Amino acid sequence: MSKKKSIFQLLTEKPWEQDQIEADNEHQGQTVNLTKQKLGLRTLMAASTVLFSLFVVAYSDRMLVHDWRNMPEPWLLWFNTGILVISSLVFHQTTKYAKNELFDKTKNGLYFIGFLAYSFLIGQLIVWYQLMNTGYYATSNVANAFFYLFTTIHGLHIIGGIYFWGKTTSKFIKRSLKKEEINNLIDICAVYWHFLLAVWLVLFGLMLSS
Amino acid sequence: MSDEYEHKLEAKSDYAGDASSVSTPDIDAVPDAELPDQELYHSHSWWTTYVFSQDAKYIGIQYALTAIGTGLLGLVLSWLMRIQLAWPGLGWLEPSSYYQFVTMHGMIMVVYLLTALFLGGFGNLLIPLMCGARDMAFPYVNMLSYWAFVVAVVVLLASFFVPGGPTGAGWTLYPPQAITAGTPGYNGGIILMLISLILFVAGFTMGGLNYIITVLQLRARGMTLMRMPLTIWGIFTATVLAMFAFPALLVGCLMMTLDSLLGTSFFMPAMVSLGETLTHEGGSPILFQHLFWFFGHPEVYIVALPAFGIVSDLLSVHSRKTIFGYRMMVWAIVGIGALSFFVWAHHMYVSGMNPWFGFFFATTTLIIAVPTAIKVYNWILTLWRGNIVLSLPMLFSLGFIVTFLNGGLTGLFLGNVTVDVPLSDTYFVVAHFHMVMGIAPILVVFGAIYHWYPLVTGRMMNETLGKVHFWITFIGSYAIYFPMHYQGFVGVPRRYYEIYDSPYVDVSTLLLNKFITIAVLIVGAAQLLFLYNLFASARLGKKAEKNPWKANSLEWQTPQMPPEHGNWGKELPKVYRWPYDFSVPGAKEDYIPQTQPPSEIIGAKVEKT
Repeated sequence: MSKKKSIFQLLTEKPWEQDQIEADNEHQGQTVNLTKQKLGLRTLMAASTVLFSLFVVAYSDRMLVHDWRNMPEPWLLWFNTGILVISSLVFHQTTKYAKNELFDKTKNGLYFIGFLAYSFLIGQLIVWYQLMNTGYYATSNVANAFFYLFTTIHGLHIIGGIYFWGKTTSKFIKRSLKKEEINNLIDICAVYWHFLLAVWLVLFGLMLSS
Repeated sequence: MSDEYEHKLEAKSDYAGDASSVSTPDIDAVPDAELPDQELYHSHSWWTTYVFSQDAKYIGIQYALTAIGTGLLGLVLSWLMRIQLAWPGLGWLEPSSYYQFVTMHGMIMVVYLLTALFLGGFGNLLIPLMCGARDMAFPYVNMLSYWAFVVAVVVLLASFFVPGGPTGAGWTLYPPQAITAGTPGYNGGIILMLISLILFVAGFTMGGLNYIITVLQLRARGMTLMRMPLTIWGIFTATVLAMFAFPALLVGCLMMTLDSLLGTSFFMPAMVSLGETLTHEGGSPILFQHLFWFFGHPEVYIVALPAFGIVSDLLSVHSRKTIFGYRMMVWAIVGIGALSFFVWAHHMYVSGMNPWFGFFFATTTLIIAVPTAIKVYNWILTLWRGNIVLSLPMLFSLGFIVTFLNGGLTGLFLGNVTVDVPLSDTYFVVAHFHMVMGIAPILVVFGAIYHWYPLVTGRMMNETLGKVHFWITFIGSYAIYFPMHYQGFVGVPRRYYEIYDSPYVDVSTLLLNKFITIAVLIVGAAQLLFLYNLFASARLGKKAEKNPWKANSLEWQTPQMPPEHGNWGKELPKVYRWPYDFSVPGAKEDYIPQTQPPSEIIGAKVEKT
């Protein structure tokens, strides 16, 4: 008997039959073997993916209209993208340090990630400033409006991430949680960071390719 | 999906041989709990107990009362609109007020009453109790969710007090008219409406996260997914739909807010308004319609699926019969949920779409009728040869079946492009959606409140008042909406604040308008009886015995009724069966609660299927 059960197997169970009753009585009450925070993050990422997909759809639909004028891509955007890539890599390494209980390295990793996240946000604000100085306002063309909208929504997601990064880091430094619990939180933040990098790459790629 | 109990099952079968040789095998034995008990938050002050409560039961009641309060405003608005329609000569309302009331009535009823009541209210109250959890997965986030909803309601109501009043764009808020001069509230009310919706979506996402994780991960031992009551299946699936559908509303709202505030052109085409050329250019109003209905159609099922689930449980309990076709019911709920994302453009047949596009959406729309019909048949078959008790929940459930069937059948008409085009924007549509997603779910809400009231207050609601309330509401609703079907066929358009003299409006339309309005006033007033019953019974009602309806599901098996903080006392419940073991041959009672261990019901045997 395989440990994994497909959704179809699950939905065809007959809960009133004696064999199934005996099997069901052994059930522990958890559907998937994940912490509630991990599954919660996946749920939120699914909802967020729908949100960004709809933005992409709206963008693709709107760019076909004749009044569309492409925006320049300042080199600073490439730099900011680099920051996000690095912070994702650092976070990946930090989760490994945390698993091996290297307290100082984990701590430094977390601090560095926070620094990179703030740098990214500041970098994005500078891009905004540059673009507005050169006359690319949200009102002057809808392509610009999409750019400001995308960067804002993505930035808000990053700010949400920074909030949970802050909570996790302070709990880590105070050592107020058990090892598995704090590692669980660090893992979750890392997954979220990778997710936001992926979202940014899609949005940035979309803006580059159009 | 992994189920960790399966490998233990194999281990168990190894020693099954020895177990039979032992004289008294412990048939009640279940494996020890492997998962730690949930840490509970305990409130310390009056504020954290009664205002910023983190107890899901309490949040559920807060949600329900806020939603019902907002819904009452929606009801009063419908009175005002109907008086205008019946006696246009009175000059009762300005045209702009009429449009504003139409808009606010629609939005309040769909989003702020029904969605909040079913998911926020019943979801919070029932999910932890029916799944056997102590509380939601993230109680603090749950509390935030409720307060975000409160702020959303306050912002919505604030739009009555800004210059220009609330938006009058219709609940669909179609641009460009929603944010263009000439529409009531085009620069003040609409912004507050959009902000309120954004807040609602944010709040709902926090709540929805809780419902999903609690249902999936925090159930009692022995509570497999296929042992969950259909109520939980309905609420769970509706929550999943909402998590995927509300982002579309959010995207539409955000982009329209920018169009209005900053002057961007996401949805706004180049236009001349009041003789002036607007700065907008090239935007696509149709894009908004797609976004809105990609949310709007699943929204219908976000309201309907919890109603389906709840009514299944009410019918089963009050007819003392196993639900007919439990698995089919689950499949139908999941299937309807999945299909609901592929039908949205049937709201847009008259937007000038490609005929093949309309053909596709007509087909998917009609396919949804299949699982829906399965559910209706199963409800009727559940009743067949059941020991039907005409209690209040049963009356309302029966009313639901008839009303839902009625509204569903007109849906088959409207789902066909060729039939829809002439009926579009007439009172036929108004009658259809009020029957199917207004009256039908509201009847379930009432049934559910009469059913679960003792669980919340420990007292029963007054039966006589309830019956009067039921018959006036039920017959009255038909008095209101049956004539509207006819008016729609005659061609009376919706959203007109006055029906002028025209060849197709004869005396029957005018008389029916008066008749409908009188029915609306009576039905609305009957809800005061319900409100009186709701609040007075909390003090004056007959004390409820424990498990007053002799139901099987977990919420009635708590050590105290009403359940205390943490729900289950010291020990979490263990579940030995599904919740539909009614009238089992050989059992002493006609119900076997989910927590009753096998040793107490030796001899009772469910027939093999």
